[in-house]
Amino acid sequence: MSAPATLLDKLWADHEVLRRDDGTSLLWVDRHLVHEGSHHAFAKLSARGLPVAQPDLTFAVVDHYAPTRNRDRLDDPQIARMIHTLQDNARAHGLRLFDLHDPNQGIVHVIGPEQGLTLPGLLINCGDSHTSTHGAFGALAFGIGATEVAHVLATQTIWQKKPAAMRIRVEGALCEGVTAKDIALNWIARLGADGARGHAVEYAGSAIRGLSMEGRMTLCNLSIEGGARFGMVAPDDTTFAYVKDRPFAPKGADRDAALEAWSMLVSDPEAEFDREVMIEAGEIAPTVTWGTSPEQALPVDATVPDPARLPSEKAETARAALDYMGLQPGRPIAGTPVDQVFIGSCTNGRIEDLRAAAAVLAGRRARVPGMVSPGSMLVKKQAEEEGLDRVFTAAGLDWVGAGCSMCVGMNGDLVASGQRCASSTNRNFRGRQGRGARTHLMSPAMVAAAAVTGEITDVRALLAGRAA
Amino acid sequence: MAGWAFHKGLAVALPRDNVDTDQLIPARFMSVPRSAGYGDYLLHDLRRDEDGALHPDFPLNRHPAASILVAGRNFGSGSSREAAVYALVDAGFRAVIAPSFGDIFAGNAVNNGLLPARVSPEDAAALTQALHGATAEATVDLETGEIMLGDLHVDFSLDDSWRTKLINGWDDIDLTRQHSDAIARFREGRRQVAPWAWPAAEA
Ligand code: SF4
Repeated sequence: MSAPATLLDKLWADHEVLRRDDGTSLLWVDRHLVHEGSHHAFAKLSARGLPVAQPDLTFAVVDHYAPTRNRDRLDDPQIARMIHTLQDNARAHGLRLFDLHDPNQGIVHVIGPEQGLTLPGLLINCGDSHTSTHGAFGALAFGIGATEVAHVLATQTIWQKKPAAMRIRVEGALCEGVTAKDIALNWIARLGADGARGHAVEYAGSAIRGLSMEGRMTLCNLSIEGGARFGMVAPDDTTFAYVKDRPFAPKGADRDAALEAWSMLVSDPEAEFDREVMIEAGEIAPTVTWGTSPEQALPVDATVPDPARLPSEKAETARAALDYMGLQPGRPIAGTPVDQVFIGSCTNGRIEDLRAAAAVLAGRRARVPGMVSPGSMLVKKQAEEEGLDRVFTAAGLDWVGAGCSMCVGMNGDLVASGQRCASSTNRNFRGRQGRGARTHLMSPAMVAAAAVTGEITDVRALLAGRAA
Repeated sequence: MAGWAFHKGLAVALPRDNVDTDQLIPARFMSVPRSAGYGDYLLHDLRRDEDGALHPDFPLNRHPAASILVAGRNFGSGSSREAAVYALVDAGFRAVIAPSFGDIFAGNAVNNGLLPARVSPEDAAALTQALHGATAEATVDLETGEIMLGDLHVDFSLDDSWRTKLINGWDDIDLTRQHSDAIARFREGRRQVAPWAWPAAEA
């Protein structure tokens, strides 16, 4: 018998080509996802005159700059150039491209799983920090920079030091109106935005097992906001059911072999973690951010912190954040008026997220303008089949195409300076949604509640008597 | 990329926590080709007003010749955008000194010859205080892992493989291509044991 191993140990061992004396491993990459932002890496590759080593394992998608309206005209020359560059690189290297007009187009971290490109047991890289999302399947998935993207393109491998293993257990049942987003914001607020730096986080416990794949993806997506480059959940029947029959997923004998291999992908009972964190699911409330870092989050029924009462090393940062956000210390966060709302992104742009938002909005009007951008065109189609689009438009919100959209504003979907946006995205950094924009992160249901009342609102009050 | 082992230059402090990659370079500048230079976009929205004019009191604006940045906790957190590192390098920085860094940022930094030097929060505070909002000459020694600023001697930590890479100016693609046989063998082995790991023909 070999020593007890964590899920991280097993995935690492399965991909390690060699290990240098200094402890750095060369890892095999099973899937490499590229997008418009990968232009620096393609430029590096062509500067050396190198081909893409494994075009069959490399997939390209238009997402960051994808217009969410009027897709037939690319009016902005910069946006057009970014999209055309990716198209040219995909063509030159023979890559499957999920192009702007592909019916399967969407955000890279939404379509990877949707297309069955994301599977348990794989190592997945993408030049995007939220690649941690794919760890929800029990994959080793992490974001890399442009130099590393060029390296993966050229060699199909990546040098990496094995991170320390950390387990976050969430036990018990989540309260009504509480979602994977709230679990994530809760632990990031507790441990800090660098709380899991240098660690790979495995999420475990009964509350995690109870999450759908969508919820697990939301949780793993946000791992990077707590400093962890990797987030993962051991695959189980929920995972296997999700993966089944996806376009690029294994079929027939390959699927049987895969299921056998995937069922081994669990941390052994005696495996030791470098760090363990325990959270009671029942103690988590719907959570919102008040500042400019995801760690600056609190339960929706709490009050905005007073820097004067914080430890000195946090006070200055809090003061600057409150100043940027235009908030008063010591006041309840609920009741803060918002100017607009956004539902979408790789964090919360999946079908379940749209259903949760629609459950709150059904039969109600939004008091503020807002946008709903599904994470992929397939999510869009499914939502329309379920009639969710009509719930959003009847409420007065805009129903638009798929892409990163207002999460990062590269496509021109921006929040104006000084405007306050209730947002289902993952980053409330200064200027993330546009220069001077004030972002409050929260779950899609909470965003819907903010839309209905025009202010930050505890969604539980609006769910009373409704099925979420 | 040229390696380096020792650097002497002007240090400047930016004592803020969580200076994330969106602040280091706002997304709207990321479509620029590298050859155009990223230095002007470094911390753009903190350094400039809405009309693009520089804020005269911002530390980096007062001391444009600085090449060593003393920063707060969790520097470079956020996105994988290597452009955040390009902006620092193109603005003349060789080293960032902070109590902690975003993991992806730190790797990107090393890939571009920029040192992410991790020091204790106390040492970061001491360096910041010694600078008094001005600049001072400092030295960074990669071999000994030491920073000197006036009377202050501060040790920094850096992964050994990163130290070697910075000193030699190594490029990973060249290194890895020396292992191409091992990679080819691994690939064939994986094909045998895990054929399911290759994408099925698109249904
Ligand atoms: S939706 Fe936002 S966080 Fe996700 S990949 Fe796009 S820009 Fe990044």
